[in-house]
Amino acid sequence: MLDQLPAIIIAVPLIAAAVCALIRNETVCWLIALVVAFASFVGSATMLGQVQKYGEDISYKLGGWAPPVGIEYKVDLLAGYVLVLVSLIATAVLIYGRQSVKLEIKKNLHGWYYTMYLLCMCGLLGIVITGDAFNAFVFMEISSLSMYTLIALGKDRRAVAAAYQYLIMGTIGATMYIIGVGLLFTITGTLNMADLAMRLVPLLDTPAAISGMAFIIVGLSLKIALFPLHLWLPNAYAFAPSAVTSFLAATATKVSIYLLMRYLYTVFGFGFSIERTPIPEVIMVLSLLAIFAGSFTALFQENIKRMLAYSSVAQIGYITLGIALANATGLTGSLVHIFNHAVMKGALFMLVGGIAMQVGTVRLSDMAGAGKAMPLTMFGFVLGGFSMIGVPGTVGFVSKWYLAMGALENGWWWIVALLMLSSLLVLVYMGRVIEVAFFRERPVDAIPLKEAPKSMIVTAWVFLLACVYLGFDTSFTVGVAEQAVNVLLGGVQ
Amino acid sequence: MEGLNELAFVLGGVNHWITVFLIMAGLYIIVSRSNMIKKLVGLSIFQTSVYLLYVSPGKIIGGTAPIISDDFTVYSNPLPHVLILTAIVVGVATLALGLALVIRINEAYGSIEEDDVYSGEDWN
Amino acid sequence: MRGHLILRVVSKILIPFLLMFALYVQFHGDFGPGGGFQAGVIVAAAFVLYALIFGLRAMQKIISPALLEIAVPLGVLIYAGVGVYTWILGGNFLDYNMLDSHDPSHGQHLGVLLVEAGVLLTVSSTMLLIFYTFAGRGR
Repeated sequence: MLDQLPAIIIAVPLIAAAVCALIRNETVCWLIALVVAFASFVGSATMLGQVQKYGEDISYKLGGWAPPVGIEYKVDLLAGYVLVLVSLIATAVLIYGRQSVKLEIKKNLHGWYYTMYLLCMCGLLGIVITGDAFNAFVFMEISSLSMYTLIALGKDRRAVAAAYQYLIMGTIGATMYIIGVGLLFTITGTLNMADLAMRLVPLLDTPAAISGMAFIIVGLSLKIALFPLHLWLPNAYAFAPSAVTSFLAATATKVSIYLLMRYLYTVFGFGFSIERTPIPEVIMVLSLLAIFAGSFTALFQENIKRMLAYSSVAQIGYITLGIALANATGLTGSLVHIFNHAVMKGALFMLVGGIAMQVGTVRLSDMAGAGKAMPLTMFGFVLGGFSMIGVPGTVGFVSKWYLAMGALENGWWWIVALLMLSSLLVLVYMGRVIEVAFFRERPVDAIPLKEAPKSMIVTAWVFLLACVYLGFDTSFTVGVAEQAVNVLLGGVQ
Repeated sequence: MEGLNELAFVLGGVNHWITVFLIMAGLYIIVSRSNMIKKLVGLSIFQTSVYLLYVSPGKIIGGTAPIISDDFTVYSNPLPHVLILTAIVVGVATLALGLALVIRINEAYGSIEEDDVYSGEDWN
Repeated sequence: MRGHLILRVVSKILIPFLLMFALYVQFHGDFGPGGGFQAGVIVAAAFVLYALIFGLRAMQKIISPALLEIAVPLGVLIYAGVGVYTWILGGNFLDYNMLDSHDPSHGQHLGVLLVEAGVLLTVSSTMLLIFYTFAGRGR
């Protein structure tokens, strides 16, 4: 049973998705999805534990075909870490989202919602677990296509237009990725990532390998929404149903970053991609631009979901900044931030979902006085805001600390200064929301407000408490991240 | 002789030239057109370039379909074809979903021009 | 298309052959180019031809959209079911060698046959469902 786990966490969501499509009863589908997502979480955590305990990667031969001919599922520390993240978020969003899904999505589509949700989860887990370059593309498209559908399920007509925008950009990204893989396949004749890494060593300087690498990185950057390829992200986040936004914001971009790291460190290798190409410099400039352009744009948003979406663009900048720092500490920072950002942004979007449910809109001006009527939601917002700013004692501080230390290791003190400055911007845009919610009176003629349903508040608060807990006890996030970095850099440093 | 070398360079990689042309044509259509259906056409052309990129190196001149038989010794590589079959299916699914979205956009906005859909106060 | 006698007669002749060809492509997948994807599209093409000539309503009387919505996930389940069965037999997911205890290559034949049947069902019904959805709108 245990050695079948890699296939189980992919195949069971797929089967469950088909079953949900057959049943289409809201309660049953929700239960199935919840059980499956939780089982995936348990499975992922078990695998991560095993990898940590025995110190060797889990390899699974799909269909009994040995790699590099067959498709290999491979779980190492990094993969296990991201698997745990994705399945955890998927489970939490299911618990959180039931009420808001009932409200925001048409009744006859509920069954399809859970079908698509499970397919999306299956795709995201698949991207992480597969050790095959082409298989990763297939899973990427499974997750993306179901994600476009999930976004378009929103009642708002802008949701459909946003999904279309995401579809065009996402498909360009995936196609670029597959062009890059094709170029590598042409010169090496293999698609297995480990095998690819080995056969690429003598070929790294050929034009085909370099252009393949360029295609892969640009394609994945589109999926990551790395500035300036982030244009699909704000609309997709802002107009998708609340539960979908929480799931999308916490997982989709993170998984693409994982894949980017796989290529940079495992396939091309640290010695080539980071030390011998200008990739770190390019990513550095783009990350800093992302941080500042994202935060500045967030300052001027009326729609809170859009504001948080632009803030995500900025936060993705922090994660890629860690790659650009090109040392172990910086990379640890970006791995930690993948988890931390998913937890805090997930929580914030969950709270916004509650606000959307009660206030009816997510416009800042309609939220006046919400602090008094919805204290739990708004205090949660304050706590999440602290974490985003990076106040000590929250997760935001931990990741920024590692990024700053990584920068200092290179002697780049100006990066530290820029990090501080960007935190100030976060303070301003999160502060705007808090100011309106707590210090403005609710207009007399406005509808009276009450707290969002318990399931939503509780899930969001569990995440917020995790933000604080993981801010003090970093043994899980930093511990696993440091070990994973050691493996990724392979003793280079 | 030099001219001959260049000719060989151009003709030898003719499949790649077509691939490059398809990539550029597809991307150009996606960027330059405002009509959503035309954008999807561009997207399909862009994806088609991938099919050619994979399949053309898999063909070995004189090779047959890769079914093992005593009569043949040279076979084409079957792997690219299988991969591209998957990519085609993905492409069809993307196109179908894209068209479905365009239909719903048309029903909601009464237009499939991006300039009409993504403008106005709706988007702030 | 009521008046187009030639079209109606020709399509009536063609459709059985189309379906036959689809089955040929499906089962020839073991020995040559072919398989569930291609066969599924050909099956769908035959039905689409029928719908184009005799009208969508006549087509939906034969195969209703509700039936197709069941067929799509059912195909996926056949596929995944083979995988689950190989699990039960103690092998890896989709390890066809397990399917026949005497000769692994027979197991491979059987596994591909079953999986391709699932693919045929899903692809043909998806294609037809896409056609229904697009053709049935905006009247």
